[in-house]
Amino acid sequence: MTIKKSILSALVAVGLALCGSQAEAEGEVTDFRFSFEGPFGAFDQAQLQRGLQVYTEVCAACHGLKYVPYRSLSEPGGPSLPEPQMRAYAAQFQVTDPATGETGPAQPTDHFGESNLDNAPDLSLMAKARAGFHGPYGTGLNQLFRGMGGPEYIASFLLGYTGEMEEQAGSVLFENTAFGGLVAMPPALTDGQVTYADGVEATTEQMALDVAAFLMWTAEPKMMARKHAGLTAVLFLILLAVLLYFTNKKLWSRVKGKGETAH
Amino acid sequence: MKSGTPHEEISGIPHDAYEPKTPAEKWLESRLPIIGLLHTTLTIPTPKNLNWMWIWGVVLVFALVMQIVTGIVLVMHYQPGVDTAFASVEHIMRNVNAGWAFRYVHSNGASLFFVAVYAHIFRNLYYGGYKYPREVTWIIGMLIYLLMMATAFMGYVLPWGQMSFWGATVITGLFGAIPLIGDSIQTWLLGGPAVDNPTLTRFFSLHYLLPFMILGLTILHVWAFHHTGNNNPTGVEVRRTSKEEAERDTVPFWPYFVIKDLYALVFVLVIFAIIVGFMPNYLGHPDNYIEADALVTPAHIVPEWYFLPFYAILRAITFDILFIDSKLGGVIAMFGSILVMGAAPWLDTSRVRSGRYRPRFKIFFWLFVLAFFVLMWCGAMPPEQPFVIISQIATLYWFAYFLVVLPVLGLTEKPLPMPATIEEDFRRRHPDIKPAE
Amino acid sequence: MAHVEHETGTRRDFLYVATTAAGVVATGAVVWPLINQMNPSADVQALAQIQVDVSAMTPGSQMTVLFLGKPVFIRRRTEEEIAQAAADDEANLPDPLARNVNLAEDAPATDANRALDEGREWLVMIGVCTHLGCVPLAEAGDFDGWFCPCHGSHYDKSGRIRRGPAPENMHIPVAEFISDTVIQLG
Repeated sequence: MTIKKSILSALVAVGLALCGSQAEAEGEVTDFRFSFEGPFGAFDQAQLQRGLQVYTEVCAACHGLKYVPYRSLSEPGGPSLPEPQMRAYAAQFQVTDPATGETGPAQPTDHFGESNLDNAPDLSLMAKARAGFHGPYGTGLNQLFRGMGGPEYIASFLLGYTGEMEEQAGSVLFENTAFGGLVAMPPALTDGQVTYADGVEATTEQMALDVAAFLMWTAEPKMMARKHAGLTAVLFLILLAVLLYFTNKKLWSRVKGKGETAH
Repeated sequence: MKSGTPHEEISGIPHDAYEPKTPAEKWLESRLPIIGLLHTTLTIPTPKNLNWMWIWGVVLVFALVMQIVTGIVLVMHYQPGVDTAFASVEHIMRNVNAGWAFRYVHSNGASLFFVAVYAHIFRNLYYGGYKYPREVTWIIGMLIYLLMMATAFMGYVLPWGQMSFWGATVITGLFGAIPLIGDSIQTWLLGGPAVDNPTLTRFFSLHYLLPFMILGLTILHVWAFHHTGNNNPTGVEVRRTSKEEAERDTVPFWPYFVIKDLYALVFVLVIFAIIVGFMPNYLGHPDNYIEADALVTPAHIVPEWYFLPFYAILRAITFDILFIDSKLGGVIAMFGSILVMGAAPWLDTSRVRSGRYRPRFKIFFWLFVLAFFVLMWCGAMPPEQPFVIISQIATLYWFAYFLVVLPVLGLTEKPLPMPATIEEDFRRRHPDIKPAE
Repeated sequence: MAHVEHETGTRRDFLYVATTAAGVVATGAVVWPLINQMNPSADVQALAQIQVDVSAMTPGSQMTVLFLGKPVFIRRRTEEEIAQAAADDEANLPDPLARNVNLAEDAPATDANRALDEGREWLVMIGVCTHLGCVPLAEAGDFDGWFCPCHGSHYDKSGRIRRGPAPENMHIPVAEFISDTVIQLG
C-alpha cells in the first residue's frame, strides 16, 4: 500500500505538471486582475465599452475583427450597447455587398472589418490564441491557479515596450518584454490617447487593460452563458450524485448485510 | 467443487432465463427474441465484489454516445473545406443555439474518453483481465483503442487551426518513414503532396465513420465478456457448477451495478462540467485558435495530452538500429509499444490473474504506470536533454515490462494465498453479512 | 415493527422517486438544447428584422430589398397612382382580402388597408406572385401595376390581383415606419 500511495502521489504531481505543458521561450507576463476571472467573474460592461473605443480608435487602424458581427455588441453578456447606438456604430463603416457590388453603411448583421496590414493579425480570437501556458516551466499552473491567460498577455504586450529599437533588413523592430524579443508592431498606446465618455482617465495601463478585456470578449462572447450553464450543471450534478449515493447505499445494504434483513 | 473443464469454466454463468409472460411478449419473443436478449444483457450475473475501478466501462459507453450525439449536432453546422472550416467553427461558437456548449463538450469529451480508457486499460493490466479466457475481449479493446486514437487525431484536424494543420503534417509524415512505399502511402493518405483540402474532407468523412465502427466493436467487446463473465478483483472465477452457488458469488447487473455505475458516472461528470464550464480551453492548444497557415510553423508542435506517451516513444529513438534509421525506428517503437500491450495475454506466464496476490508484480506494475506518466511528461517537453534520456529509459521499461517482466515474473514469483470463492472475499470485506444458512 | 418497516419503506420509496425525478430533469435539460440547436442560429435570426433607409426615394420610384430570402417591393407612389388605386377599390376584385399581416385576417382589400402610411404614399409588399412564386415586373400589365411574366397575372397599383391565374393579392409583410425615413421589416 505504501508503494502504491507514494507512486500515486508522484503521479498526481507529474499529472498536474503535465496538463498542457509547453515550454515556450516566455516573455514576462504580468498577472493583471480582470473582472471575468474565476467561476463567478463577469465581464465589466463599462470596461468592454471602453475597450471597444480603444480598439476602434487605435487598433483598428491595422488590425481586424473579422469573426465578430456588429450585432453582437448589443447581445447580453458583452458590451451591451443599446441597439440604436450599435446601429449607429456599425453605420460609420462602409461595406460592399458581395452580391450586388454596392457599397453602403454597414448593417448590424455585417462583421467588423479585416486587418488592413498583411502582417497585422486578426484580433477576433487573439485572447484565446495567446492564452499560452505561462510558467512555471511551461506547466500552465499559473493559468490554472491564477487565471493568467490571453488578456494578461495582451495587456502585458501593450505595456511591454522598452523603447529599444533595432533596424533589421530594412524594417524597424521594437523590443518587447512580454513577447520576449523584437516585434514589428510599434508601441501603440500613449497616455490620454483616447477620451473616455465615462470619464475614466485614459492612462496607458487603463487602455491596455480595457482593450485586453474587450478582446477576451471578442474571443469568447458566450463566456457569461458558459459560466452560468457550467455552475447550474455542476450544482445539479452534485445533487444528483448525492441522491445516487444514498440510492446506491440503500440498494446495496441488503447485499452487504447492513440495515434491512438480508434476502 | 468438481473440477470444471475449460469450457465449463468460461461458458455463461447459470441464471434464470427470460420468460415471456404477456401474450404480446410471447408473440414478439417467438419472432424476434430481442426482449430476452436485452433482459439477459441487463440482468447478467455480475461478481458482487467489483470495486470502483470497474466503473470505467459505463463511463466509456457514455462518452462514446455523448461524442456521437454532440458530433452529429456539430456536423449540422460545420462546413469542411480549407476556406470554410475555421469560420464555421466560429459560427458554431458564436451563432448556433448553445453551439459553444456542443463544441466544448465534444472537444473536452475526447479527453474524458481517454482518461476513462487509460483507467480501464490499467485496471485490466493490474487485475489480469486480459488473461485466459478473456483474450478476445482484450484484443477487441485494443482495436477500439487504436480506432479511438485515429478518430481523435482526425477530429483534431477538422477545426483547421495551426495545430490541426501541423499535427496532421507531422503525424502523416510518420508514414513516409516506411521503406520503399512510404512516400506513396503518405501521398495516398493526404490526397496530394501536402495536407490540404482533400486531406481535410477525407478526415471529416472518416471522423464520422470510425465512431460507428467503435460502437460495433464495443458491442462485440461486451458480448465477449458477457460470454466469459466479468473478471473481478480477486481474479477467481464465479462458480458455475450450480445456479445457487453462482448466486452467492454474483448479483444481477440491474439494478445493483447500474445504480453504482451511474453514481460514479455522475461523479465523473461533475469534474467534466467544471472543465467545460470554467476552463474549456485548458486541455487544448492555444495555437489552434489561429487559422491554419501552410507558411508558418508554430514554435512547438505538441499533440493532445492523450497522445503524449506515444509521441515520447516516437522521439525516444534518436539513433539508428542496424539498417533501420532513427525515423523508422521511432515509428516501429511507437506502434510496437501498443502491439506488445496487445500481446500481453500470451506474454504473461503467471497462473494468478489478480495483481492483488502478486507482491513482486505490484512493484513492476506501479513502475509501469509511472513510466507511462513520465513518457507523457517527456512528450510535452522539447526534444532535448535530459528529456531524451529520460524518455529512452521509460521506453525501455515499457517494452521490458511486457517482454521480460511479465514472462519471467510469472515463473519466479510466489503468490499470496487467494480466497477460494468470490463469496469468501466479499464476506471478508463486509463482516455484517450473516453467515450462510 | 410493521410500523417501522412502513416508515423505512416510505423513505426508501421517496429516495428512489427523488433520484428518478432528478435523472429525468437532467435528461430533459440535455434534450432541449439538442432540439433547439436546429432552430435558426443568431446570424439567421438577425436577418429576420431589417431596417431600410428610404430617404433617397422620390415619388414614383421603387426599390427592391431582399428580406428572409424573398424580394420585398418598397414603392413610393405618386398622387396619380394613389388616386388610381383608390378608384380601383370599387372595381371587381378576384381576392377581396387585404392580405396584410399587420391587420386583421378578414380586412377587406381596400387600398387604405394595403398602404403602409396614412397618406397611402408607401406600398410595401412581398414581391412574389401568389400563383407560382415568380417575381412580377413593375409598371407593367393591363392595370399599370405589376405583371408576372411567368403565367400572365396582372396586378393593379395597389398590388391586388385583377386578372390571370394568381389566386391572391400580393402579400404585405410585417412593416412599419420607425422614423420619418426608415422602414423596419419584420
